[in-house]
Amino acid sequence: MPMLIDTIEDRAARAACERQDNRPDALIEILHDIQATAGFISDAAIATLADALNRSRAEILGVVSFYHDFTRQPGAPHTLKLCRAEACQAAGGDHQAAEIERRLRERGISGGQTAILDIKPVYCVGNCALGPAALLDGTPVGRIDADRIVSTLVARGIIEADQP
Amino acid sequence: MSPQPDRIFVPGDSASISVGADAVAARLVDALPADARIIRNGSRGLFWLEPLVEIERDGERLGFGPVTPDDVDSLVAAGFPASGHRLSLGPVEAIPQLARQQRLIFARCGHDDPLDLASWIEMGGLAGLETARRMAPDNIIDTVKASGLRGRGGAGFPTGIKWETARKAGGEQTWLCCNADEGDSGTYADRLLMEGDPFTLIAGMCIAARAIGATGGLVYLRSEYPHAIHTLKSAISLWREAGLFGGLNEDNHFDIEVRTGAGAYICGEESSMLNSLEGKRGEVRAKPPIPAISGLFGQPTIVNNVLTLASVPWILEHGGEAYREFGSGRSRGTQAFQLAGDIRQGALVELAFGVSLRTLIDDFGGGTRSGRPMRAVQVGGPLGAYLGRADLDVVLDYEAIAAIGGMLGHGGIVVFNDTVDMARQARFAMAFCAVESCGKCTPCRVGATRGRETLDKIIAGDAVSENLALLEDLCELMTDGSLCAMGGLTPMPVRSAVKRFPEDFARQAAE
Ligand SMILES: Cc1cc2nc3c(=O)[nH]c(=O)nc-3n(C[C@H](O)[C@H](O)[C@H](O)COP(=O)(O)O)c2cc1C
Ligand code: SF4
Ligand code: FES
Repeated sequence: MPMLIDTIEDRAARAACERQDNRPDALIEILHDIQATAGFISDAAIATLADALNRSRAEILGVVSFYHDFTRQPGAPHTLKLCRAEACQAAGGDHQAAEIERRLRERGISGGQTAILDIKPVYCVGNCALGPAALLDGTPVGRIDADRIVSTLVARGIIEADQP
Repeated sequence: MSPQPDRIFVPGDSASISVGADAVAARLVDALPADARIIRNGSRGLFWLEPLVEIERDGERLGFGPVTPDDVDSLVAAGFPASGHRLSLGPVEAIPQLARQQRLIFARCGHDDPLDLASWIEMGGLAGLETARRMAPDNIIDTVKASGLRGRGGAGFPTGIKWETARKAGGEQTWLCCNADEGDSGTYADRLLMEGDPFTLIAGMCIAARAIGATGGLVYLRSEYPHAIHTLKSAISLWREAGLFGGLNEDNHFDIEVRTGAGAYICGEESSMLNSLEGKRGEVRAKPPIPAISGLFGQPTIVNNVLTLASVPWILEHGGEAYREFGSGRSRGTQAFQLAGDIRQGALVELAFGVSLRTLIDDFGGGTRSGRPMRAVQVGGPLGAYLGRADLDVVLDYEAIAAIGGMLGHGGIVVFNDTVDMARQARFAMAFCAVESCGKCTPCRVGATRGRETLDKIIAGDAVSENLALLEDLCELMTDGSLCAMGGLTPMPVRSAVKRFPEDFARQAAE
């Protein structure tokens, strides 16, 4: 007999719930846990959470969709969050963001099928005196421009240096 | 050559790291003898000087900055001279932008390793909590009332009165929730404190817990602050291990758990935050009931901003009257002003209420970083008004800024130069609201989207005067009809931009 989709158990999701004693109020923490390890919230994870926390799947899905941090599709292995909020706009962030996106797309680093880096907007990372600001996989980078982002990617071993 | 320094400080604050503090620290480890004591302190909040390296010699702290890794060898070779090196700043505490501040909340921030509890206690960190432990809860509340402290999260509600409501509400379990969502763009004071002096926040929460009889404590901390999450969680563990949570109430039970936000601006609104803490969508709840009476899980709940709670230890240590001495009008105590945007000397400036915007931007901030003329300044986050050059003499207290149609919010001050397009800023305010609206009420959910579309037409020069009239109607509808301040205040940046910068909205249709 074919396995029904809703009986698929996501073992990692089950373990994430157990780490929080299956407390329904800890749902956001549990989702962070799954997002961090699996990279996204799958259908199987949602079904497992609903079972473990004794809430409906629609409810879990409603929570997942409400928060920007949770995604339903796997992303690239690295994430560059560019602050697009007012203080970084005032420091020239819009222009820098456009330039960074252009440079990284040109090099095939972000955008398209082979992307190793997702570029996402974020609204303030609390580094507004050193804007435009970014977070690269959680590491803060201030006073950004395209050169600085590229050299940071190189320094962190995410891309190789430009061949002269 | 000067004698070897006693201790060297390189900030471990995420802002400092964002401009290379880790690399500087690594270079210092290589360049100095193995027994050199390199400490990762919090930041002083003078961001334009970061990475700001400090040397403690004969009890005095000398500053150098901004230091790049390539500067390290020359600083070491020169023996970190008090003056004469290109990067010498002299005694840190004498740097004018720091010396002129009135640091009550941030008194200890940046002095030492933020997780060195023994050092924090030696600096007198526990004094306020020790006083509170000897006081009856009602007396603590009276002291906070006498101080005139108002909430620093934006709404400015008197803290003591709120605490009294929760204390009297009874209930099975009273909760204390610290709002560390700090979603307002242009603000970073909560982050700076949590990364630089987390024990002061914890002490403030312990005092509040004793006052209101809370047995459960939560901090809702935004996911955009991974360093703050790490530091605060570590600090709470150290506090717990030291037994400092004990004996705050009859049940002898209080502890603090950190919960991570998930990238929703609206979750800074207190009732939305409570839903999020219950594991739900962050939808705003209708009031009444107010959270102080029925909040988290239907129990009496106090939600206070990080800076509100971190102001409390000073108040308990020095008394409500002493705190009241600071400030102007009905705004008592100090405010952590945060300079951001196109500003030469971006910094956290803690001062008594009543300082003028001009003093902050020109004297402390040194004008724009780009060197272009300043044109607009947004005070109070994304829901705050855009002000112009003519407004610079407004003094910053809750009432004075309200009188010119603005708000202080969480104290963010974002400077824009003359390249700003105010119609685009107004559009951004509507677009942000459209994306971040919780969706519960129509004026906000639909109004913000219509507002963005209307501004698109204005920007395109399409029936400008009709669309400006429509925009004003939308603003009125959102202001009057929204359930919470997200929809209710989004018109503030929009209307203020139209009012003060009408020339930016007088577009011509493209050919
Ligand atoms: C859209 C919106 C966002 C808010 N964001 C925050 C925030 O990030 N931090 C905060 O402390 N208060 C925020 N508030 C204010 C809270 O609702 C609440 O008034 C505050 O946390 C109460 O604490 P206080 O009395 O210490 O200021 C926000 C309010 C609204 C309407
Ligand atoms: S004003 Fe906006 S954010 Fe506030 S309750 Fe209404 S829809 Fe939600
Ligand atoms: S506005 Fe960009 S970091 Fe705060």
